[in-house]
This record gives sequence, structure tokens and C-alpha cells, in this order.
Amino acid sequence: MSILSIFVIIPILMMGGLFLSKNMNQIRTVATIGSALQLIAAVALVVLFCGKRAAGDTAEMLFMADHVWFQALNIHYAVGVDGVSVAMILLSAIIVFAGVFASWKINPLPKEFFMWLILLSIGVYGFFISIDLFTMFMFYEVALIPMYLLIGIWGSGKKYYSAMKLTLMLMGGSALLLLGILGIYFNSSADGNLTMNILEIAANDAIPHSLQKIFFPLTFIGFGVLGAMFPFHTWSPDGHASAPTAVSMLHAGVLMKLGGYGCFRVAMYLMPYATQELSWIFLILTGISVFYGAYSACVQTDLKYINAYSSVSHCGLVLFALLMWNTTAMTGAIMQMLSHGLMTALFFALIGMIYGRTHTRDIREMGGLMKIMPFLSVCYVIAGLASLGLPGLSGFVAEMTIFVGAFDHTDTFRRVFTILACTSIVITAVYILRVVGKILYGPVQDEHHLKLTDAVWYEKFSTIVLIIAVAGIGIFPLWVSDLIRESIKVISERIIQ
Amino acid sequence: MDYSFSILILALPLFMFLTLALGGNKMSQKFAGLLGTAGLLTIAVLSYMVAFQYFGMDRVDGIRPALMPYNFEWLSFTDKLTINLGILLDPISVMMLVVITTVSLMVHIYSMGYMHGERGFQRYYAFLSLFTFSMLGLVVATNIFQMYIFWELVGVSSYLLIGFYYTKPSAVSASKKAFIVTRFADLGFLLGILLLSFYTETFSFDQLTADGGFFLTSTSGATFMGCSVAAWAMALIFMGGAGKSAMFPLHIWLPDAMEGPTPVSALIHAATMVVAGVYLVARLFPVYLSVPEVLELITWVGAITALYAAVVACVQSDIKRVLAFSTISQIAFMIVALGVCTSMIPSEGGLGYMASMFHLFTHAMFKALLFLGAGAVIHAVHSNEMSDMGGLRKYLPITHITFLIACLAIAGIPPFSGFFSKDEILAAAFNKSIFWGVWMTVVAAITAFYMFRLYFGIFWGKEAKHEHTPHESPATMTIPLIILAVITCVAGFIPFGEYITSNGEAYHIHLDMTVAITSVVCAVVAILLATWLFAKPNSKPEKMQAALPRLHKWAYNRFYMDNVYQFVTHRIIFAYISRPIAWFDRHIIDGTMDMFATVTNSVAEKIKGFQSGKLQVYVWIYIVGAMILAAAAIYTLCIK
Repeated sequence: MSILSIFVIIPILMMGGLFLSKNMNQIRTVATIGSALQLIAAVALVVLFCGKRAAGDTAEMLFMADHVWFQALNIHYAVGVDGVSVAMILLSAIIVFAGVFASWKINPLPKEFFMWLILLSIGVYGFFISIDLFTMFMFYEVALIPMYLLIGIWGSGKKYYSAMKLTLMLMGGSALLLLGILGIYFNSSADGNLTMNILEIAANDAIPHSLQKIFFPLTFIGFGVLGAMFPFHTWSPDGHASAPTAVSMLHAGVLMKLGGYGCFRVAMYLMPYATQELSWIFLILTGISVFYGAYSACVQTDLKYINAYSSVSHCGLVLFALLMWNTTAMTGAIMQMLSHGLMTALFFALIGMIYGRTHTRDIREMGGLMKIMPFLSVCYVIAGLASLGLPGLSGFVAEMTIFVGAFDHTDTFRRVFTILACTSIVITAVYILRVVGKILYGPVQDEHHLKLTDAVWYEKFSTIVLIIAVAGIGIFPLWVSDLIRESIKVISERIIQ
Repeated sequence: MDYSFSILILALPLFMFLTLALGGNKMSQKFAGLLGTAGLLTIAVLSYMVAFQYFGMDRVDGIRPALMPYNFEWLSFTDKLTINLGILLDPISVMMLVVITTVSLMVHIYSMGYMHGERGFQRYYAFLSLFTFSMLGLVVATNIFQMYIFWELVGVSSYLLIGFYYTKPSAVSASKKAFIVTRFADLGFLLGILLLSFYTETFSFDQLTADGGFFLTSTSGATFMGCSVAAWAMALIFMGGAGKSAMFPLHIWLPDAMEGPTPVSALIHAATMVVAGVYLVARLFPVYLSVPEVLELITWVGAITALYAAVVACVQSDIKRVLAFSTISQIAFMIVALGVCTSMIPSEGGLGYMASMFHLFTHAMFKALLFLGAGAVIHAVHSNEMSDMGGLRKYLPITHITFLIACLAIAGIPPFSGFFSKDEILAAAFNKSIFWGVWMTVVAAITAFYMFRLYFGIFWGKEAKHEHTPHESPATMTIPLIILAVITCVAGFIPFGEYITSNGEAYHIHLDMTVAITSVVCAVVAILLATWLFAKPNSKPEKMQAALPRLHKWAYNRFYMDNVYQFVTHRIIFAYISRPIAWFDRHIIDGTMDMFATVTNSVAEKIKGFQSGKLQVYVWIYIVGAMILAAAAIYTLCIK
């Protein structure tokens, strides 16, 4: 049994515990202990991983384990992690932990809510540890399905519409993905020993170039839908706007990262030839995402819409950087995933808390909140500054790594798109400061808001955890970047060949 | 020599910031103020120690060596490109340490009186510490990326301090404007850095500036739109500097930034942060010398800004705005001084470098003094408008005298410090060409005119009605004024050429008598003109205004630069880019997605009739189907 399976076992035990809980206190205890254990396990994994690497273990994946699951189709429960997966697992654990505190008072049906939430986290962890295509796909679906119920039942506004839209669009992506995966599987080996194992497929390098050109777009778009790639991003504003706080956090913070992760782990890593040939198409799409999302965010009036469009822009940058396929830009992409995950989770947590008090998310109906709820407002400013790339917070290091890496390409096409992407730092400042100026500063808009209270302990705890993580990456970026770079190098070198 | 204690210069303000930000609301105002001031006093003393040690050191090969007591890796991009954080001590950074800590200390002391009893007093001191930390980090940067990092941090401190009175809508929009305009300029800076580092494969200043030619050889041949890549990179980097230093046309944020508390204007928007652009050009001076076309651009930008801001300053009625435009104009002097340089050797065209740094030093002192004096005036009459002032010399004697000293200094009257530094700039401009010399002398004369218009408007002229008699400020406010006034009186006699020159070798400053006499005569004439117009209440100013109505109106409205920006941002970017994109997204892209759903639904709606459960229909369809099949079978089998 590999140590990695802990990340699946803990949530399963948690679900059992939740099932048996009888009242709110027990539910909270189980959720807190379970998510804390996950966080500890994730930190331990990082330490162990770095220890092994320091000890000179240069294998591509560590902590590998392989159990045959379905012999006829060569489906294995195969797990293993490299630096990128480790970083993603840590991210997920932090956000699940913060998410539990953000939904401390969830109502109605708290037990069911947490069970679905934990099921979702099983999918996420499982996805990041899998190195078998089918298992990976299965966990991917496990992560998507609960979203429908979580939004449909606990959501707000047009929740049925949003839940349906989100699920259907992501399912559409999955359908393409499944085709792609099957295509890869049936061409995974030249001598007939078909395999689902990513490492083996990469080692065989047997997918014909002509077929790569078909399967690459299928898988890339399939994962790209979840990564909010233009023009498949429209589930994101509606979905986020209707989702309850913790679900928004988890969805924008972790689930959207599944998209980016899948894009490079499956699409780019397994089909390097097609990546080189076709990346320009997706570079255009993601380049559009970057400034399209940013400009759209400038005129939105709903807080969650602003953040959803901002996510389109930031996640667009992730895919954009991946498609630059050099080590620096791809390292930046992974750092941007971490950074975006943490700060969007923070944003959505804060928006949820503000909405819970003011009962509006329309920025025109709020104002002067800094005076009424200083703690939440200060946190919101910090999240905003992280988003617009202030040095010392995580956004800056990620963006700079991406820009430096992307600038390494000398051809005019990529240069132009890089410069275009750079301009997003100005537009980001515009929409962030617009919101901050409107809702936090200025005179109080609504008399009723004067009676509102500031954050309570569990809300404070949730936001502080995220802020520490954001600042941690921002102030000490070297360890994160080293952790990621080593693993990314394998992939980028494979593409450049 | 041991400089390891210099890390404290950075660590202490950061620590002060965290203490005041996290624990501020548990402290009393008095304690927070004293804590902040005491911390800054320590930092100032440490900086003076560094300065004494550094300038007391013997020269090596005729120059003062650049030292790097700290430099560690913070983030690595590639094998060659890494961001280091460290401390670089060389003549200009040590001078900046002294300038920043001195002005900051004065502002800390002054604020205890000025901000007394304000809501958010602790927060104010926390932000001041954050600013001091960022600014010190900026000047001691060992590489251009470290500079960029702290560059952004000073930007955000400035944002927070301009928006200090956050319930006031004008302050909020001013802070937003300041941040976004400088951010836009920083985009140029960032692209410049990326371009520069792509070709040179280094961020570090010592490698970039090493013998000037290193950079050029590594980029030789690469051109873009008719200019070398080197020129593009350096011009883009200058764009960042122009944004921070409020050069035309990126100056529009600075006058609005006066919405912040006055001591903040003195510290950030007069003495320290706004000269970051000058410092940046000085830091990369050898590289700029190798791209003369960019230096030409810098000179033009500086000269136009200097003239523009000086003209606008003549007609503003808000005293802080007059000072803001005066700051823009004076910084432009420093920029021009750098722009007119033609070589590294001070006696052969490199004089401007020394002049620029000298003016930076003296200007920081007298402009901080002017702002703090203006703060004392505002404190006394509770208004920024000149019409609410007049005749205040009786009520505010200390402020009056110190303000007069500063006005004489900025006007360039000997023996005050501004005379010496401005004279060097004019000499450098005349060295380059008579055109620039005359241009800058004219601007210097306008400077003297508007400063004395301001002086007479506040302290002489017609006395406005006051609700209660204005009174002199408390000692915490007057002591910094006196200290700065003393520095302003003596700073001109510092043998600046001994410490800072373009090539590091000692240069003996000597006054160029023709230039000095011309400029002093011009200044005196301008002052006399101002005296004639404004010293006594009379109708002459109105007459002048009536004689040149259009010029006055345009200058008063700052030549409508703000309206141009307003038009571009609101009319073009918001109305013609953002809104259509948002509409397109909701209606076209999302509409397409929804269309798939509606089409599926309606098709399903159409075909669901087939599953009606009515047996007759099923049988009927069955028979029709069977007949069609039979017909088809017969057709294929028999006819063929």
C-alpha cells in the first residue's frame, strides 16, 4: 500500500464518520479532524518528497504503487507523484481545510453537504495521484458529479440552471476527453502491449504523429473546458455565482486546476509532436482568455461574476504559459495554479462572508464596508493585491516566472501574445481597485449595513489560513519553484525534443 | 569595513510595519507614534553610520567601490536569470539612504502633531513604515528585478497613503488613479526588463553597467521598427521611471495624490518616491549613455514637463497643487540634467549626472520643507485654497520664515542650497547646447515667479476672514521645519563632487559665473514681478488674467490632460472594449451554449410525440414503416 492512498482513505473514513454523526457538533468535529489530517498528510508528503529528492532519488515519480484493477483493459490502480502533483495535493488540502471552516454554519442538510464535499475531495486527490489514464478519468468524474448536487441544493439565485449548465458543459468536455483517452490507449504501444499507464505510454512514445494531431485537441479541449478556456468558459460565471461559498472555493481553487494539470500531464506530455504543431491554435484561444476575461471583469457588477471572469483571465494565463513549453514558463504556470487557487479561494470565502451579511453581491449596493467590517475588508484588500500581482504575495512570483519564460521565444507570434498577456497586469489593477474602491471605501451606501458585524472566529481562521499560504509562497518562492521545476523539466524537455 | 549591520536598515522598518499593522489597534495613539518615530530614528542613525563609513573610506583606483554586503537568491527563473535580494552600497544609494531616512524621520515627528487625534493614526504609522521599508529596499537594490519588486511596493504604499481618508470619495479615486497610471507605466518597465534580460541574460546592475559596452555587444544587430533593441528596452524602462516621477504625459496622478495627508505628500510625493525615476536612470546611467537616442528622448520629455508644470503651477489656487506641479517641474530638471549628458567624465559632458543627484538631494530637503510648511498653514486655516489665506505671517512666524527660506532655495537665490544644484544643472544644459540652456533658464525664472506668488498669497496680501485666529503649530511640527530649513541653508556648501560623480572620480565643483549671474538675475526679476503683482492686495492679477483669458483657462485646467485620460479610459476602454466584450460573452458565446441546450430540448419536445403510448399510432407507424421497407426491398430486388 502506497503512502499516497492515504489521501483517498482519509476522506472515505471521513464520509463514514459523517454518515454516523448525529448532530452539528459531531459533523463539525469529523470534518475538522479529517481535513486537518489531510493537511498534515499533505505537508508530510511534501517533506518526504523533498527528503527523497535531496537524498538523490531522481525517479520521475516517487511513492509509486500499482495494483491491477481490471485486467482485460489493462486498467490499474497506479499511483505516483512528482513535484507538481505534490504541490497540487498541498493546495487541495489547504483549500479543503479552509473550506470546512467557511461552511461552519451551512444550512440545510449539513451532513449531506459535507459528505458531497468530501466525495469531491476524493476525486481531486485521486486525480492528482493517479498515473493510470483510466483511474485518473474516473477520479475526474468523481470530482465533477457532486458539483451538480452541491450547487443545485445548497446554491443561490438561478441555481438549477447554473448547476445544469456547469455539469453539462463539463460532461461535454469529459466526452471529448474519453475519446482522447481511448485513442491514446489504443495507440499506446507499437508491439500490442496496450497500456493505460502514463509513464509507460510516454516511454513507448508510439502514438503516430497523424493521430496525435487528432487526440491532442480532444484531450486539450476536454481538460481546457474545466480550465475555463475561451470559448468554453461560460459555465464559470454562472456556476460560481450560484454555488455556496465552500463549493466556489473548492471549485475555483482546486477543480479548475484539474484542467490545467490534465492538459500538461496527459495532452502535452503524451503527445509532444502535436503540442509543437498545434499549440499555436490554443495559444490564440488562451491568449484571448487572458485579456478577454480581464476586460469583461471590468464592467461586471456582481462580485462573484467579477471573480469568475478574473479566474478566466488567470486560468487562461496558466494554459497560455503551459503552451509556451519551456521549463520556466511551465514552472510559472504551475505556480500560477497554486497562486490562483489560493487567492481565488480566499476571494470566494470573503465574498461568501460579505454576502452572508449584506445579502447582496451587487457592488453598486455596497460601500464603506471597511468601517463596518474591518477584518473582512482588510482581507479583501490583501486578496485583491495578491490578484493584481503585488510582490510579497503569490501572484507576483507566478506571473513574473511566466513572463520571463514566455519571453524566451523569439518569434513574433509568441512575442506579440506575450506582450498582450503582460498588459493584463494593468487591467487586473483596474477591476480590482474598482471593486475595492466601490465596496470597501467611500461612504456607507446602505443604512442597514451599519448594524452588521465583523467576521467571527471560524471565518477569521479560514481566511487567515489562506492568507498565510498566499504570503508564504509570495515571500519564500524558491522552494516552491524548485519543487516544481525539477518535475516540469522532464516534461518540457520531452516536448522540445 | 564591516557593513553587516546594514541589513537592519531594511529589517527594522519591516518589523515596525508588522508590529504596527498587527498590534496597532491595541496601542494608544501616543505609543504608536513614539514607537514609529523611535524606530525611524534608529534607522536614520544606522543610515548615517553607513554614510560616514562609506564616504570616509579611501578611494580604490580613484573611485568609490560598490559594495554588496548581502545578496541572496530569492527566486530563480532559469540557470542564468535569478532574482536576488540584497543590499548594494555605492555613492548614490548611500546618498539616497540619507535623504530618505532624514525626510522620513522629519515626517514621522511632524505627523505626531499633524495627525494628532485622527482616526486610524496607528494605521497611518504602519503605512509610513511600509513605505520607508519599500523605498529603502528600492534604493539598495542589487539588480533591476529587486528594484522592480520594491518599485511595486512603494506604489502600493503610496496607494494606501493617498487613500488614507478612505471615506472621502475624492481620496479613493485619487489613490486608484495613482496606482493605475503608475501601473501602466510599470508595464513598460516590466517589458523593458524582460527585453533587456533576454539579451543580456542578467538582471544584476554591476553586470549591466560594466564598461557600458557589454550590453551593446550582446544585442548588436537586433533591431525593431528602425531602432535597436537596446534603445527600445531602455526607452521602455524609462517609461516606468517617467510614471513614478510624474513626467508628462504620465504626470496626471501626482496633483490628485495631494488628497493624502500633507506629511505623506511631503515624504512620498515630493522628496522620495517621485524621484525614483531619476534614480533609476542614474542607476543605469552607463547603459543609457550607450543609447544616445534615448537620452535625447529623456531630455525632451524632461524639458517639456518642466515647462508645462511650471506654467500650470502659476495659476493653481490650491497650495498643495501648486507645490505638486512645482515638484513635477523640479524633477524634470533632474531628468533633463541626466538627459543632456554626453560622456562619463564630469568635465567633458558628464556634469549633468552629478548636478542631477545634487539637485535630488537639495530638492528633497527644501520641497519636504515646503510641504510641511504648507501642512502647518493648512493646519492653521483648515483649507487648501489660497483665497482662505493671506497675511498669515503675523500668526505663523516660524512657518513663515522657514517657508521663505525654502522659496528662496527653490528660486535659486544664493546662498541657499537650490542655487548651487540648479546652477550645475543649467551649466550642464548650456554645455549640451544653448537651446537647452535657455529653455531651462526660462523655466527656472518661472519657478521663482510661481513660488513667490504662492509665498505672497499665503503670508502677505489680503487677509481672509478666519473663523478663529490661526495659531502657530505645536513643537512637534515646527521642529522638523527648523531642522529642514537649516539643512536647506547649508546643503549648498557640501562638496558634492567629492562624493558623487558620473565616473566616480572626484570632481571639484566650480561656479560658472555667466550661468550663475544670468540665472540669479532672471530669478530676481521674476521675484520682483511676483512682489509687484501679489505682495499687496491689488487688481493687477485680475487684469493679467483678463488680458490672457485663454491661456489662463487652459493652464488652470492643466491643459485638459485629465480630460484626455478620462476620455480614453471611460469612453474608449470601458465603453468600446469592456462593455462590448462583456455583452458578447453573455449573449453570443453564452447564447451559443444555451442554444445547444434549447435546440436539444426542442428537438426532444418534437420527437417525444412518438412515445405517446397510443396503440393505434404505434400500429399505424409500424404498418407504414413495413410498407416502406417492403417497397424498398422490392425496388432493389426486382427493378435491378
